[in-house]
Amino acid sequence: MHTDTLPRSWRLRGPERGAGWLAGAALIALAVLLPLGALAWQALHADLSHWSHLARYVLPQALANTAMLLAGVGVLVTLLGTGAAWLVTAYEFPSRRILTWALLLPLAVPTYIIAFAYLDLLHPIGPIQTAIRALLGYDSPREFRLPDLRSIHGAIFVLGFVLYPYVYLSTRVMFMTQAASLLEAARTLGAGRVGVFVRVALPLARPAIAVGASLALLETLNDIGASEFLGVQTLTVSVYTTWITRSDLASAAQIALTMLVIVVALILLERHGRKRQRYANTQRMRPMQPRRLRGGAALLAVVLGWIPVLLGFVAPAWYLLVETYKRLHLVGGVSHQLLNGLSNTLIVAFTATVVTLGCGLVVAWAGRSLRESARFNPGRACGRIASLGYAVPGTVLAIGLLMPFTWIDRQLGTVFGLQGLLLMGSMGALVCAYTMRFLAVSVGGIEAGLSRIPPSLEQASRLLGESASGTLRRVHLPLLRPALAAGALLVFVDAMKELPATLLLRPLNFETLATWLYAEAARGTYEEGAVAALAIVLAGLLPVILLARTNLKMGH
Amino acid sequence: MPDLLELDRIHLAYDTPQGLRPVVQDLSLTLPAGHIGCLLGESGCGKTTILRAIAGFEPVRAGHIALDGTVISSPSVQVAPELRRVGMMFQDYALFPHLTAAQNVAFGLRKLGKAQRAARVREMLDMVGLSASADSYPHEISGGQQQRVALARALAPSPDLLLLDEPFSNLDVDTRERLAFEVRDILKSTGHTAILVTHNQAEAFAIADRIGVMSDGKIVQWDTPYNLHHHPADGFVRDFVRREALTAQRQQAYARGM
Repeated sequence: MHTDTLPRSWRLRGPERGAGWLAGAALIALAVLLPLGALAWQALHADLSHWSHLARYVLPQALANTAMLLAGVGVLVTLLGTGAAWLVTAYEFPSRRILTWALLLPLAVPTYIIAFAYLDLLHPIGPIQTAIRALLGYDSPREFRLPDLRSIHGAIFVLGFVLYPYVYLSTRVMFMTQAASLLEAARTLGAGRVGVFVRVALPLARPAIAVGASLALLETLNDIGASEFLGVQTLTVSVYTTWITRSDLASAAQIALTMLVIVVALILLERHGRKRQRYANTQRMRPMQPRRLRGGAALLAVVLGWIPVLLGFVAPAWYLLVETYKRLHLVGGVSHQLLNGLSNTLIVAFTATVVTLGCGLVVAWAGRSLRESARFNPGRACGRIASLGYAVPGTVLAIGLLMPFTWIDRQLGTVFGLQGLLLMGSMGALVCAYTMRFLAVSVGGIEAGLSRIPPSLEQASRLLGESASGTLRRVHLPLLRPALAAGALLVFVDAMKELPATLLLRPLNFETLATWLYAEAARGTYEEGAVAALAIVLAGLLPVILLARTNLKMGH
Repeated sequence: MPDLLELDRIHLAYDTPQGLRPVVQDLSLTLPAGHIGCLLGESGCGKTTILRAIAGFEPVRAGHIALDGTVISSPSVQVAPELRRVGMMFQDYALFPHLTAAQNVAFGLRKLGKAQRAARVREMLDMVGLSASADSYPHEISGGQQQRVALARALAPSPDLLLLDEPFSNLDVDTRERLAFEVRDILKSTGHTAILVTHNQAEAFAIADRIGVMSDGKIVQWDTPYNLHHHPADGFVRDFVRREALTAQRQQAYARGM
């Protein structure tokens, strides 16, 4: 009965030695860290003349713009999101149920599309301003015009109206799960409706607001299209132009690194909010009884409630529909380039979805624990790191990937004698970037799915002679199918919409719907941009429906 | 009769932020082939951890576990669960929800040919009296039936040792007792060796040939049911057995509506 008489394989195959899975997860986590490391290396190894130039001419303005944009968007999304959530939670009025999920619709409109739509809608000779002039009796834009949208205020307006759903969603869920008993207690203690909101609901919702607002601000930081169209020189735009027009990678990396500081601050804000939410969530869920509004009050609630939906979704979507119709009617079809862009988009988004789900599965599976007694779980840690990409703005990620990808391409060229650029010259670079950026979505979804499968199922399977991988294939994969489908949908649509990283990493002459739209808008030729934008918005509606069904329980 | 299972001075512990927290210390027991053993104790006494260590889900910090004369767990050896030839019936049954009863039973029979596998599944379902529910999914059958499917599934690959973790705790009192006797009959007729973990003394006495009364990570007495009753090793065992007997009587009285 001595251990050295045992077959060797027995000693190697312990339950925790899922070494292959863990190695895979570690590799993926490292890959996500790679662009950040490359970025830091590049920024710190540039000579200081770059930095002093940046510090004097580029950074102050870009920093000020970015700070103003973040502050403005932060205030706007908090007001709109929290206000809307409270309105549909505390009051009953006509159309409230539809409004509850309609308030999510602006999520389907990417920031660059709403800016694109409003630039045309609010053009001095566009439909809205013309209508206003007709109403007021002016005949020329010289006599009357609205303030120019192409300003920081315009940017705050368009971003705020598509990003508020992040705050709406988190605070709405919070009000639904928490509010009832506490708010009723406050009422019995003599607080009025307004008093309850200010003294109880708002403080309760603060963690949820922090989570939602930080996500909205990460999106703001990620945005390149809206700021560019509206002429706001943000940090993101500076990174892009520094690299594209001046080919100065070192300076671009230095600005990108500055952005990462803001990202870290936002992640900390989000983590802080989530930590506090966890304590709050221990209470039992009981929806609060909304108060029925009548007459003028009901009308006011309807108007207030629908304004964000109208401005953030209906107006731009309607504009895109009309323009698409006009275009198709006029020309009778779409151009070859647009179809090409569509097929590129679908192919690259599909590939990225498959890769992202595959990586997500490896990371999530490596992070499960078969042993209950273990304290530190290295797989879990890999999952945390691998999920960081969601917070890194696409432009920053792309700048960080440029150098490693170029290096890999060169190595592949010398080692295998390959001609051309394997990664940068193909969709490979895009697929990698999308995977890193959206891995959090798939890891999170699969981890949630796994957590709903009792651990005893894996133990039973293992004791029935199945290996860890066999268990994944025969037991967990079939049970994970809904989680995988939801994850696939979210990743696919995110990849379809992605603009900032795509602009930097796509091969020459390779257009996706998003870059096609960007090019059209940048040229000022609006011809087919609306068609591309409509396709993206329609695809974007799918995850919104999914979100409404899972998070807001539309049915009841 | 040779001992099939041997636990030799094993130590089990959990990793906590404060360091290792010992759960089981210096515990030894042996079980001859064909016998049914039972670990009896309050929740938190470490009995389930022992079962998980025998199954291979928890590492042994000191001592060793041997099955049929081969060390399967020690600080330097840990045979993977799937290679141990140990079957287990779980407290929540752990039936695969996407597979029918027959497919669940067939899960561990992949090495058999198709015809042999089908025959074995039929044989096992017959044994537990569930041939009629072969094509039902777990959520379509009752708790007692799920229990039997779990037993059939665990026994189908003919494991050397069967582990039962609180197998009857999710059932109502009447079904519990009937099934306990039924399980004993099945195990005895097939000659399986088994270890049961429970906090219910009636269950233990209904099934087991050997019972270990546990307290605080130690076995106070490892003996036959008869000896536990008539020759308790100390006051703790005596009190425990009596108290449990009273509770069991009271439960039966309630169940009969008195």
